[in-house]
Amino acid sequence: MNWLKLLKLWQKYNGVFLNGLIGTLWISALVLALGSLLGLLVTLVRMTRVKPVRRIGSIYIEILRGTPVLLQLYFFWIGLPKLLPALELTDTQCVLTALVINASAYISEIFRAGIDAVDKGQFEAARSLGMSELHVMTRIILPQAIKNILPAMGNEFISTIKGTSLASVFFVGELMTSQKTIQSATFLALESLTIVGVIYFILSFVLSKLLKLLERRLKASE
Amino acid sequence: MNDEIIRTENLHKSFGKLEVLKGISTTICRGEVVSIIGPSGGGKSTFLRCLNLLEEPTGGKVFFEGQDITAQKKSIAAFRQKIGMVFQNYNTFPHLTVLNNITIAPRLEKKISRGDAEKEAMELLRQVGLEEKWNVYPRQLSGGQKQRLSIVRALAMHPEVMLFDEPTSALDPEMVKEVLNVIKELASRGMTTLIVTHEMGFAREISDRVLFICDGIIKEEGNPETIFAYPKDPATMRFLSMVL
Repeated sequence: MNWLKLLKLWQKYNGVFLNGLIGTLWISALVLALGSLLGLLVTLVRMTRVKPVRRIGSIYIEILRGTPVLLQLYFFWIGLPKLLPALELTDTQCVLTALVINASAYISEIFRAGIDAVDKGQFEAARSLGMSELHVMTRIILPQAIKNILPAMGNEFISTIKGTSLASVFFVGELMTSQKTIQSATFLALESLTIVGVIYFILSFVLSKLLKLLERRLKASE
Repeated sequence: MNDEIIRTENLHKSFGKLEVLKGISTTICRGEVVSIIGPSGGGKSTFLRCLNLLEEPTGGKVFFEGQDITAQKKSIAAFRQKIGMVFQNYNTFPHLTVLNNITIAPRLEKKISRGDAEKEAMELLRQVGLEEKWNVYPRQLSGGQKQRLSIVRALAMHPEVMLFDEPTSALDPEMVKEVLNVIKELASRGMTTLIVTHEMGFAREISDRVLFICDGIIKEEGNPETIFAYPKDPATMRFLSMVL
């Protein structure tokens, strides 16, 4: 690898790299936000009293955890437009949907573990006061579960960010796609990969430090 | 006049193959103070927890003010608002301040304004000697203080009955009295009270009636003088000879 070439590559194409970074950031943010919402929903489905409904939730999670993400991306990329032709979904939308659904399975497991770790007596006390199930969950259980959830959630955030790189298979605008574009224009594979790798690393590293900070804050307020 | 508030009919509860309650029928009247005593594993706590459906009975019925609550699971929250409960392990909400522990349920479920709820909460705290702790978190309280908090938290919903599930069993000995005094004060003011307890002296002192529950049934019941001085059932005698 030629360091001088790497430097020149960065000087010439930093705009393309940064565009890719922006793509990665917004895809990650969207996937995590929607994945968390859907994940919470799946968790609630899995906690209902109705056994068949619970079963559906478990099957959903097992399938998504038991098959490769890349396969899921292909599946949605090909399948979703056929299933919903009226929506005229773009590649990006199909890939995003797949990433959200994939993340929801993992995030749901994290939520469930966090909720399970809250003392059963908390549910009982809240219910005995006559609180609605919604309030029991949102006001008593989830605020306590957050603390249990945060470390695992940090891992999930980081792996989601890295996982968005798979979108490059479908040429959805993000960091890895930028790398591909630049590589095909310059034939400098190692150099462009190094630059992208450094960007991913900084992103993950900063995020992990921020989450550690937040964890400490929450611990301190305990 | 028989002013019934809670009635159970042939109440059964099984956990898997283990049958914990084997048919309990009793009536609790308004203003009555009932102690439930008996050996561990005999079904005392399970019985109490069936009364507000924290445990779902596997057979039989629970009536609250004449309404079959076992048949109305959807509106169970509304019934629970009228049935306060205090637990052995306090179960105070650790993420909320003392004041918010008390106000959260009235504000959310009864739509009481923050100002009114807090005013009443402060008055309740004053009655149990915790007014200076209003702004701390439960972890900064002693066991006895936590239990007093959990009692006023239940009272803030203006319940018509209070259920106490071994309220002093987790406490250090020197804190038992401060909690029992609060319960005694409450009972003397006419609150309908059911208490599962191992404090025999206390049960004898405050109860109108004592239920001796053993092997999932009410083996014996009666006024405290009779039960403690002249128990009839051999199981009651055996139990009392061990604890007194």
